[in-house]
This record gives sequence, structure tokens and C-alpha cells, in this order.
Amino acid sequence: MQYLLLIYDNEAKMKTATPAESAAMHKAYGEFSASIVKSGNMKGGNALQPTSTATTVRVREGKTLSTDGPFAETKEQLGGYYLIEAGNLDEAIKIAARIPSAAYGSIEVRPILVLPNTM
Amino acid sequence: MQEETQTQTQTIEQLFRDERRSILATLIRLIGDFDRAEDALAAAWEAALVQWPREGRPVNPRAWLIRAARNKAVDDIRRRMVAERGREELEQEAAVHDSAAVAAPDEAEESPAILLDDQLRLIFTCCHPALAVEAQVALTLRTLAGLSTEEIARAFLLPAPTMAQRLVRAKHKIREAGIPYRIPDEADRQERTDAVLTVIYLVFNEGYAATSGQALVRHDLAAEAIRLGRLLCDLLPEQPAPRGLLALMLLHDSRRDARADAAGDLVLLEDQDRARWDQNEIREGLLLVDLVLRQGAPDSYALQAAIAAVHAQAARAADTDWRQIAALYARLYELHPSPVVMLNHAVAVAMADGPAAGLAILDRLAASGVLAGYHLLPAARADLLRRQGRAADAAAAYREALALVSHPAERRFLQRRLAEVDPTAAPLSPV
Repeated sequence: MQYLLLIYDNEAKMKTATPAESAAMHKAYGEFSASIVKSGNMKGGNALQPTSTATTVRVREGKTLSTDGPFAETKEQLGGYYLIEAGNLDEAIKIAARIPSAAYGSIEVRPILVLPNTM
Repeated sequence: MQEETQTQTQTIEQLFRDERRSILATLIRLIGDFDRAEDALAAAWEAALVQWPREGRPVNPRAWLIRAARNKAVDDIRRRMVAERGREELEQEAAVHDSAAVAAPDEAEESPAILLDDQLRLIFTCCHPALAVEAQVALTLRTLAGLSTEEIARAFLLPAPTMAQRLVRAKHKIREAGIPYRIPDEADRQERTDAVLTVIYLVFNEGYAATSGQALVRHDLAAEAIRLGRLLCDLLPEQPAPRGLLALMLLHDSRRDARADAAGDLVLLEDQDRARWDQNEIREGLLLVDLVLRQGAPDSYALQAAIAAVHAQAARAADTDWRQIAALYARLYELHPSPVVMLNHAVAVAMADGPAAGLAILDRLAASGVLAGYHLLPAARADLLRRQGRAADAAAAYREALALVSHPAERRFLQRRLAEVDPTAAPLSPV
């Protein structure tokens, strides 16, 4: 099965991190990514620019409405994701728990919906 | 002849009750889906009720039911496939065939190790932490205990459709999120076992906390929790935690007949007729406590069981070894620094060293404010004040507790106590 691991973290705290802390974080992510490439679980993933760069788009009565910022203001923000292949939820949870941000923020594990005609 | 057939049907039904859970556990593994396994088992069961009395009971009824159910499941999928020609169905059929092909012949399928493993798979899947706790409880009662959706709904005072919805959602999540049907590996075993114990204890408390109204249905829950606790002890013999929980449940359950009077009102431990305590449950509970404590490093279930064991060993309330109970609560507080444990510790200290010593702890607790809104804190204070002969202070504290209590039997109890210290308070005045 494929799972999307959505990484939620506190942006404000990330911004105030010292250079040493940021470097440690980058290193930890680099090692984690390399490990799931090596194990064959990695299907994709990216880090995202902060929510200050986000635009939310809605189409209402044929009109496109763009607003500044994310869909909802929350304490933790979506900061990146991995798409992984895992045998089952337990395996996906184990991988999610190894994402460095899991120790500070939280990881949402979502199974990918497989539509019948795309199989 | 008529009579004989009826007896035979009863034996078949008895067999089904005893074996249902274990057969279902195996079928879920073979078929790979909770709902389909349940449907297939129901169909196989119907076939057995018709066929067995006519053709005689098979040598191995369990294997017969599993084979029949598995065939039903394959037929079902084939029928649906013909109707829909869906690709997914084709693959599922292949999966059932595969598992049928992979599964060892029936003799191996019958080996005790596989039967136990399937039951463990079922328990750990029902109590998977990715499911909401209410869903874990509902699924455990439905699948492991075999209660009907209506029975579970009644026990939790919920409308049946709400409970049905909860079960549907839980099974849907198991399927769609890929919650595996397996025994957790060694690294997770401890944590996942704790989750199972939590569910069993929740079921027990739901049954045990009730002293009126739905008493009958709810006693079933306590009995069911004890049965599940026993099963877990059998399945995980190397772990002490399930034994501690089983001991705790047995020792509490041993008092069930003495806990409520004829009117359904709560009877305090010290006022209970100890002749009505269930001596069989006490004997088994004490044995288990002894076993668990000798294994060292008791967890919170074991410590609570040890406290219940001290009570169980006192022939009269006055013989209770309160010093030992106070010491056990102190150890429990080290593991679980919760205000409720501190409250119980205070009561034990008051019994061992006099009300003043207990009140000192309660006053510190009250000052901390962590138990604000919890009726048992003023109720405990009231009781100690009453013992000190401070009737007016006690009455004020009972009134404070009455303003917070919700359970009808507890409310009546507090009102009786209030009337004892303040004769002007009518014992049954509505609040």
C-alpha cells in the first residue's frame, strides 16, 4: 500500500532555530530520506515553503477567489510530505515515527485511495 | 426422538458459542475481511444447523465450519464478480484462493499454536491504537465477546444505529488504512498489550460502575471482561500484566453481590456483608496477586489488585490492614501521580493514623485545585470530618459533594449521610 506522510510542525519555532539546530535538522532529514530510499519505501517527497507563501484558491459561481495564507490557521503547519510504500499501517507508522519532526510536531499518516480505473 | 433432536441442537449451539470466536479469528485471517468473515460464518452455521442433525455431526466440527465458511466466501466473491465484473473482486478472489492454497492442510490448521495465534491476531487488531478507544471497545465486544450490536449499544446507553455506525467505521478503517491482522513484533508487544488491557479494563469498569438500572446487561460486561482477561493470560503466559489485571477484576467482582442493597443503593466496603463476597473469585484473585508480586516490579494493575487483596483478606472491616493499603497507594502514586490515587492514599492514612492525618493530605489536595469539580474529594473530606465529630463542617462538605455528583445511587448515599450529620436535611429531598 502507499501512504502519504504529512509532516506538521511549528513554523514559528523553526524560524527561531539557531544555525546549529537547523543544520542538525537538515542532517537528520538527509539521513532519514537516504534510509527509506535504501529500504525501498520512498516513493517521493518534498519540503514546503512556509505558510507565509501559501495561497488558498476557491472557485465560487465560476469566479476564482485567491486568498493569502493556508486554508486553516492551526498551531502546527504542513511543512512537507513523504509518499511511501509500506506493507501495512504498522510499517507506515514505524517509518512515520522515524521522521525527525515526529519528535517535535506530528505526522499524519493517510493511505492513498486507489481508484478502480487507475489500477 | 423429538427430545433427542432438541438436545442435539443444544449441543451444537453450545459448541458454536464456545468455538465462535476462535473460528472467526481464523476466518478473518483466511478471508482477509471482518464483515465477509462474519457473513461467511453465519452462513456456515446455518448450514450446520440443517445438515448436522440430519447427517450426524462431523468428526471435527471446527474444521467443517471453517471449510464451509471459506467456500461460502469464495462463492460470494465469485457471484459478486459475475454481477459486477469488477477488477477488484477478481483480485480478491485470487487472494482468497491464494490464502487457501498457502494455508496448510486442515491438520496443521487445527494445531493449537495456530488457533492461539489467530485469537491473538484478532485481539491485537481490535485493540489497535490507530482506532479510537470507543471503537476498540465496541469491536472487541462485537468480535471477541460475540455480543450483538444492540447489546453493546444498550450497555453503553447509546442508540443502536450509533453503535452500528461506530462498528462500520472501525472495520472500514481496518480495511482502508491497512491495519494488519497480525501479532505485533517483540519491540511493540509490551505497548500493544497495554492497549489491550486498557480496553478490557474499560469494559470491566463499564460493567462494574453500574449499581442500578441496567444492572443485568452491565454485569454481563464485567463477566465478559473477566473472560477476556483469562483468555489474554492463556495467550500471553510470559507476561505478568494480564495476570495483574485479571486479579484486580476478580477481586473487585467478588464483591458485586454485596455492593448494592435491595434498593440498588451503593453499600460501602466497610458496611458490606462479607459473607456475600464470592470466595472462589477471591481465592483465584489472591493466588494471581501472589504470583504477580513475586515476579517483581508490579504495574498499576498489580498494585491495585494487591490493595483489593488486602481488603479481601480482612474477615471484618475492622481487621483491614490500612497501613499496608496506605503503603500500596503510596507506591501506586509513584507510578501514577494522579490526584485520585492521592485521595485514596489520604483515606487509607486516615484509617491507619486517624482522621486528622488524612484531612491534612486532603486539604493539600483541595488547595492544589486539581480535583475541583470531582465529588469524591468533598465526599471524602465530609466522611473524615464526620468521624472527627465536626457535624456542621461535615454537612457543608456533604452538600458540596451533592452539588457535584451525578450517579443516582451515589447521590442517595450522600443524602443519607448528610441526614445523619444534619437531621434537618430531608434524606430524599430532590436537588
